[in-house]
This record gives sequence, C-alpha cells and structure tokens, in this order.
Amino acid sequence: MQSTQINIENSSNIEGLNEVENKPKKKLSYTKWGYIFIASFFVIYLIFTLVPQLLTIYDSFFDYDPFSGILVTDAHPEFCGFLNYQRLFQENALGVIEIYQTIGNTLIMWIIGAIPQMVIALILALIFTSTRLKLKGTGFFKTAFYMPNLIMASAFSALFLMLFSQIGPIYTLFKDMGWIPEHFDFVVNKTSARLMVAFLNFIMWFGNTTILLMAGIQSIDESIFESARIDGASTRRVLFDMTLPLLKPIVVYVLITSMIGGLQMFDVPQVLTNKAKNSGTRTIIMLLNDYLNMKNYGRAGAISVILFIITAVLSIFVFKTINKKEDR
Amino acid sequence: MADKSKLYESVDSSESRKALIKLIVVKTLCYLFLIFLTFMSFFFFYLLFINTTRSNNQLQDGGLVLIPSDSFFENLHNLFTSFRGEFNAVIGLKNSLIVALGSSLLTCYFSALTAYGIWAYDFKLKKAAEIFILAIMMIPSQLSSVGFYQIAIKYGFRNKLWLLIIPSIAAPATFFYMIQYLRSTVSKELIEASRMDGSNEFMTFNRIVLPIMKPALAVQFIFSFVGSWNNLYMPSLLLSNKDKKTLPIMINALSSTSWGSKDLGCIYMAIFLSIIPVVIVYIFLSRFIIKGVTAGSVKG
Repeated sequence: MQSTQINIENSSNIEGLNEVENKPKKKLSYTKWGYIFIASFFVIYLIFTLVPQLLTIYDSFFDYDPFSGILVTDAHPEFCGFLNYQRLFQENALGVIEIYQTIGNTLIMWIIGAIPQMVIALILALIFTSTRLKLKGTGFFKTAFYMPNLIMASAFSALFLMLFSQIGPIYTLFKDMGWIPEHFDFVVNKTSARLMVAFLNFIMWFGNTTILLMAGIQSIDESIFESARIDGASTRRVLFDMTLPLLKPIVVYVLITSMIGGLQMFDVPQVLTNKAKNSGTRTIIMLLNDYLNMKNYGRAGAISVILFIITAVLSIFVFKTINKKEDR
Repeated sequence: MADKSKLYESVDSSESRKALIKLIVVKTLCYLFLIFLTFMSFFFFYLLFINTTRSNNQLQDGGLVLIPSDSFFENLHNLFTSFRGEFNAVIGLKNSLIVALGSSLLTCYFSALTAYGIWAYDFKLKKAAEIFILAIMMIPSQLSSVGFYQIAIKYGFRNKLWLLIIPSIAAPATFFYMIQYLRSTVSKELIEASRMDGSNEFMTFNRIVLPIMKPALAVQFIFSFVGSWNNLYMPSLLLSNKDKKTLPIMINALSSTSWGSKDLGCIYMAIFLSIIPVVIVYIFLSRFIIKGVTAGSVKG
C-alpha cells in the first residue's frame, strides 16, 4: 500500500513540474492526462494483485501449523524462516514428498498432451498454409478445431467423467471391445486418469496451437520459398532446411507458454479425479488449493513462491525467443 | 517403384502425371486426417447432446447410443424444478452472467483507456509503465491467490461477486492487444483534430477513439467473457454461499464416483446448459474469434 502512495506522489510531482515549465507551450500540458488515464490500471493492480502477491511471499515465512497439525487457524502465526519450504520437500505421513509428486504429475500430464499436440498442430499448420496442396475448407476445419478451447474446462471434464464412468457410453464401448478388464475404473487407475487429463488438454489446445503456428508460417517472407523453388529445392528440403528452422522461435515460444499454462493445470484433474482421490493426477495447483482450504497460508504461500520462480525462469526464455524473432 | 517409372519413361507426360497422382493421394490423406480430427473435436459434444435427450432410466442402463431420444424437455424441466443436487441452474446462470459481463466490460474499457493513455501522451514514466505491464503479463493469477483469499476472509469480502469483477480492470494481456491495435490502426492526427473542436481528453477517448477501437474491443470482450465464464479456481475459493455460486463451481460439485442414485439426464443437461451459451456465440462469431487468437493468446 505504501508504494501506491509514493507512486502517486511522484507522478503528481512530475506533472506539476511540467506544467510550470512549459506553460507557454500548450501542447505539453497534456502530460498529466497520460497519468490520469493509466492510474486506474495501476491502482487496481497494486491493490488486487501486487499486495496479495507480496502478502503471499510474506505468508510463506510464517508458521500456520506450529504443531504440524493440519487445521490450525492461529491468529498470531510465528515467523519460521524457511520451515514451510523445508516441509514441502520432506516426506509427509504417507511417505510422499508432495511438491515432487504434484510437480511430477503436472509435468507428466503436460508432456503427454503437449508433444502430440505440437506435432499435430505443426502438420496442420503446414498443410493449411501449403500453396501446393491448396486444401479446401480450411476455414471450417480451423473453426472446428478451435471450438473445444472455448468450452468450459470443468464442464468438459465432467462430461468425460460421466462418459467414462461405469454406466457411461464410452466405458461400455471399451468393455464390449474387450479393451479393458472387468470393473475397470478410468478415473481411479493412475495411467488411464493421466491419459484422460492429457487427452482433454490435447483436444482443448491443439486448434489454438495450430492457429499460432499458421501465423508464424505466414509471417515468413514468401519470396525466400520462391527463390528456393527456382533453385530447384525439393519440397522436403524446403521443409526441413528452411520452414522448420525458421519456425523454431515460434515453436519454442508456443511450447514454453503452453508449459506455463500447463503448470497451472487445475480444472480438468480437479473435476475428473478429485472425488476418486487419485494421487497420480494431483497437480501443483490442486495441492495449493488444498492448503488454502485448510487455511494453511504458510505452506500455500511457499508453494506459490516455488511456482512463481519456475514460471519466472520460463518467462525469461519466452522473452528471449521473442527478442530473437524480432532480430531476424 | 523403379520398374514402374521405367515403364512410363517413354510417355511424355509421365512425370507430371506421377506428380498429379501423388498430389491427389497426399490431398486425400490430408482430408482424411482433417475429418478424423473434426470427428474427435465434435464427437464428445454430440454424445453430450444425445444424452440430454435420454431419460434417466435409459441412461442408467448404460450403452453407447447415437440416436436422440425424446426426453430433452423433460430433463430440462426436471433440472429447473426437481433436481436435488448442488446445481441450481437459475442462480448459476445469473451469477455467471453477472461476473462474466461485469469483468469483461471493465477489462475492455480500462485496457483501452490505459493503452490510449500510454499511446497518446508523452510523459516521463510512459516507457517504464509499458515495460512493467509487459513484465507482469506472464505472472499467473494463481500466485496472488493466497494473499487475495486471506484478505477477502479478513475483511469479510467472501461471497461478494464484485471481488471477482473489479480486479479485471488491470488486464495486462488485453492492454497489450489494445496498444498494438492503436499503433497499427489509429492516427494521432485524429486526436489533434478533436482537440481543435474543443473536445476534452475524456470526451476524445470516449466518443472518438473508443468507436474506432470497436473491432479490438469486440474480440477482447469475447475472450475475457469466455475466460471469466469458464473460470473455476478463484470463484471456487471465494464463493461458498449457495446463492453466490457460479456455474463452474456447481459443475465441480456434480463430480462424483457413484452415479447410480443420481438423475443422469439432469446432470447431462446441467453440463449442456453451462457450455451452450459459449457455443452459440462461437457459431455466430467464429471467424472473428479466430482472427483474434493470434494476438490475444499469451494467456497460455
């Protein structure tokens, strides 16, 4: 809160100075409007985002469960240094290191979904933009592939939960085909639950990735392809020696932003597997959510800080790839 | 393959014919692939629709059925009247609509305002402000949730819908889209002209600039509306009161491990009801939305 006041004071000082100095020139007196127009954004950001973020970091150094019990809503939590962080990296009562387990789950499910998504989106983007194939109806296909991205993730997951439940149609299909053993439960089994989460993420995001990659391909200067063709380069060589290397920055960008999004995976595994208490699909945000509901702000804060550090490192990579793209 | 090419060597057009056949084969494979993916994108929603038309008794029997039955309106009626569960369609739709409309309107207006402030005026912190907004764009909103939740509880702000609406004023990704739009399509001479006419700065923004930004505003309105409509994490932390819950929270509460005692027709209908508004909007505005994806997709 203090920083808000300082900012506002500073800006009003600057406005004041400019007004006094440049009074004869009417043009520069508009300066203050710049500050007025952007003020609401920064005030709201400070109150509703920055202050809570700082409080989260502050919380992470305080002990909200001094007897390592679970539900302690102590009004006067004690400063405890890095204890919350240490505890996260220690085994819990079940002999599990929760932070490794949840980060591991999140990454596994992200990878199973993201790799096929990237490959298929790349193929789609290439055939959609190919001047040789001249496919018809690309507009329709793009529209169809993007649609799942806008569907409420929790509703989509609830639908899957029901379709794959023991009385659901997909379950019946799998059973009739003899693909699954008797009394198989899709959301209890670790592997099938993870595959379902990954598959849902794939369905929801491959259209979006395709559109991004298409924009990347279309931004490549068409003339270099023409000159390559005139020089007699084969389609395959143009693809592997020109298109793909030129696309590398945008592929890296899409992958890392997808990973940042993937680390925040919550809705799908929550709705799909939370009731089944599946430990193989518990993600880092689900862990955070559980600690928050127990009002253990210390442990929840520590998880947030760890997640923040991972995200920050990934974001730096993103900015680097964007800058490289601009250099080109 | 080698023998065949020798056979056709004598024919003049053999090379081009071969290329043509190859092209046709590749094209066919492409279309098959596209049709398969389209099938995958729609299949589950088709099943959803089919199951909303089937009665609970039919659904409890299980089995894969692909033909609609006749219980659609019965399920709809039951969901609104007799359904015993956490799902209250009227309250859910109302709250979701309030939060989604409120936050997307605020996001659009204030992002445009902030972008305009940085684009149109010269001031000392102009560059710093823009870099700051770009830098915070990548920070996931969940990171503030611990502090946010704590403050909300401390000051008794739980179950207040405005708490989910007001923070939308600061939307870095939307700001980024708006400032790029201003830079690429709006001319600063316009502002000068409007000043000459004696318009004050707010009037210039509201009456001259905002109308020009309509296409950008529409795209961002859709994205932020959908984002808010579908959001589960923050609302589920803050809204515990039965009368304040939004649709995703109610959907999450439907999730179960035993379905035998539930009215499945109603549950399918609840899911259907939650996604259908977005699907309808998408059917009408898809071309528009897809154009906006490229610029507004930093959300992850």
